[in-house]
Amino acid sequence: MFNNEFFEKNSIFLLIGTLIVISIGGIVEIAPLFFLESTIEKVEGMRPYTPLELVGRNIYIREGCYNCHSQMIRPLRDEVERYGHYSLAAESMYDHPFQWGSKRTGPDLARVGGKYSDEWHRDHMRDPRSVVPGSIMPAYPFLAQTEVEPTMIADHLRANRAVGVPYTDDMIQNAVADLMAQSNPDADTAGLLKRYPKAIVRDFDGNPKRITELDAVIAYMQMLGTLVDFSQYNAEEFQR
Amino acid sequence: MSSKSMSLSIASPFDGMLALVFAAAFLGALVVGGRAVDGPMAVHAAIFALAFLTAAIFLGQRAVMANGAIATPETGYSDEVIKAGVISSVFWGIAGFLVGLMIALEMCFPDLSHGLPWINFGRLRPVHTSAVIFAFGGNVLISTSFYVVQRTCRTRLAGLIAPWFVFWGYQLFIVVAATGYVLGVTEAREYAEPEWYADIWLTVVWVVYLLVFLATLAKRKEPHIYVANWFYLAFIATVAVLHLVNNASLPVTIFGSKSYSAFAGVQDALTQWWYGHNAVGFFLTAGFLGIMYYFVPKRAERPVYSYRLSIVHFWALIFLYIWAGPHHLLYTALPEWAQTLGMTFSIMLWMPSWGGMINGLMTLSGAWDKLRTDPVLRMMVVAIAFYGMSTFEGPLMSIKTVNALSHYTEWGIGHVHSGSLGWVGYISMGALYCMVPWLWKRPRLYSLQLVNVHFWISTIGIVLYITSMWVGGILQGLMWRAYDNLGFLQYSFIETVEAMHPFYLIRALGGSLFLIGALIMAYNLWRTARGDERVETIATAPLKPAIA
Repeated sequence: MFNNEFFEKNSIFLLIGTLIVISIGGIVEIAPLFFLESTIEKVEGMRPYTPLELVGRNIYIREGCYNCHSQMIRPLRDEVERYGHYSLAAESMYDHPFQWGSKRTGPDLARVGGKYSDEWHRDHMRDPRSVVPGSIMPAYPFLAQTEVEPTMIADHLRANRAVGVPYTDDMIQNAVADLMAQSNPDADTAGLLKRYPKAIVRDFDGNPKRITELDAVIAYMQMLGTLVDFSQYNAEEFQR
Repeated sequence: MSSKSMSLSIASPFDGMLALVFAAAFLGALVVGGRAVDGPMAVHAAIFALAFLTAAIFLGQRAVMANGAIATPETGYSDEVIKAGVISSVFWGIAGFLVGLMIALEMCFPDLSHGLPWINFGRLRPVHTSAVIFAFGGNVLISTSFYVVQRTCRTRLAGLIAPWFVFWGYQLFIVVAATGYVLGVTEAREYAEPEWYADIWLTVVWVVYLLVFLATLAKRKEPHIYVANWFYLAFIATVAVLHLVNNASLPVTIFGSKSYSAFAGVQDALTQWWYGHNAVGFFLTAGFLGIMYYFVPKRAERPVYSYRLSIVHFWALIFLYIWAGPHHLLYTALPEWAQTLGMTFSIMLWMPSWGGMINGLMTLSGAWDKLRTDPVLRMMVVAIAFYGMSTFEGPLMSIKTVNALSHYTEWGIGHVHSGSLGWVGYISMGALYCMVPWLWKRPRLYSLQLVNVHFWISTIGIVLYITSMWVGGILQGLMWRAYDNLGFLQYSFIETVEAMHPFYLIRALGGSLFLIGALIMAYNLWRTARGDERVETIATAPLKPAIA
């Protein structure tokens, strides 16, 4: 019969007993995710974020967008019809941290890429109610007025590489140039597109003179959910 | 003797050493601040530098003070640090409720943030959650645990400086975290948003907290460790483990605030929700069960209902809770087996949760009449009832088919607040109402009638809050999945947003009532601490049975 007196009279054993009991669940549930190959589907098209997209993603994090927007479409009929193909684990494999979210005060953004024009996004960020009258999103007019500071971007890519994102030396060396080029339609973008296939090159914020935070955020919005080639994806192969 | 005590001799080498450590930390913070690559890091380095400098000067003074001056008698319990904890609990509680009301109003009137970055919903929401969970709840837990562990071990708190270090270090963490959110510094992990340097600082503070608690247990004069302390110890130890694993991240540079999580995507998601759910399980449940196990029997003047039940539900609760995280990720890209495990354990968790509820409620056996005369006890009993309700609702929402409807909706917000306002809020406030007269050595509270007013205003507030979010959340979930006769989705997303407006208004009203209740409590506690007693007639005698 279990005798609690042993723990009740020895604070160290109470501590050790507690630590053992609370470790089991975490070890059994979380650890296998790092080893089981079936955890992340094999898909075509995933690549690391371009420097500009990464800057945009960091602004998305900074402003706490995840508090109201999920990036995880569940395999339920209404969600797939409303937002598109259900989200795959592979689609967030380079996301440090993940941004699946837990609340939909606003709509899911996992596949918002390409759904709206840049111009719509510009208006929407400046004054959400100018394009969606019933919206309760805060306005973010300061994004268009804040310039992106590109000097640190290579360090950000390096930190990402250190935690597992496959940024190459080539990508890190050209990080600043790639950041500048993506929002400049006149730039030579051959290298950028080779390093980051499907990258969208446009002047996102409508102000060609400056690279603003609005450029970065819209670049991020416009690529969300667009990378995986679903014509090559066979769901039957990935029964998890 | 007199000439010697006037000279600057080192009276306390230990304090002197600590002063040097803080002085070195001060210089380190200055270096980081000077080379900071972003504004928030410079601000935070300055805050840290100021705090370290203050600590160094204070300890330095103690170290060189004349011998006689610091020979404070080490008798009795050390209650000053608990008093400080009580004051900061009330302060942060009100601050946290106020920010909560602010963001509730922003959801009704979105232009309230006026396009300013610092007060938009996304930045203020973590200020609210951290302020109520960690600043209010954390200060309540630290101060009650220091109170309870001394009384139940019949010994003074271990350490002279260490408990104060825990108190001030924790306040520093709160200030850094909150200013960080407002400035846009976040790891974007719910309930673990502070960046890497705040996390490291919290780790140091938390380890000292664990050591103070353990050392006090170790020198206890009672052979048995009282049940409240099992829960406190499990809370402190498990939160340390959760915090360390979940916050594993790599800073871009030590001179900048930004870091990248060590994990990505699906692994990151489960790590985060393993943390997130156990922040609920061990911070908001185990710790506050510790409060229940001391303050409810004490206030009711009845023994804990069942010793056997407390053993069974303690071990079962801490074992099962840790598995429940995946219920936050049902139907996501998390592998099916992990989802099923999470759902199964969440349902099993219902049992030990209700074990705690039963043990708390049944402690009132033979003292139920006190509910009529003692509004403080009534508040704690209602807290236990809310605990039972939200720990029934939680397993329900963890069932996949229910979760398909409830996830991502306001129902989740309603669920969280029935637990946090009802359970955590009320058990904390009950403990504060108990402790203030005890700590300040007053015969009774300033006014029990004001406690009664607080109780009813807050309870109406909670009921408005949770019912509006339940109804609103279920409506929202049903609208998202509604189809018309032709097989098309019936509502556009914005229609579902517009449908929430009345519920958001009711919620904001409920929240403001809860805030008003807390302000009444603050006033009452302040008058109590001052030694005032309001003259009031209280129905102390039980109603006489009618004689036929």
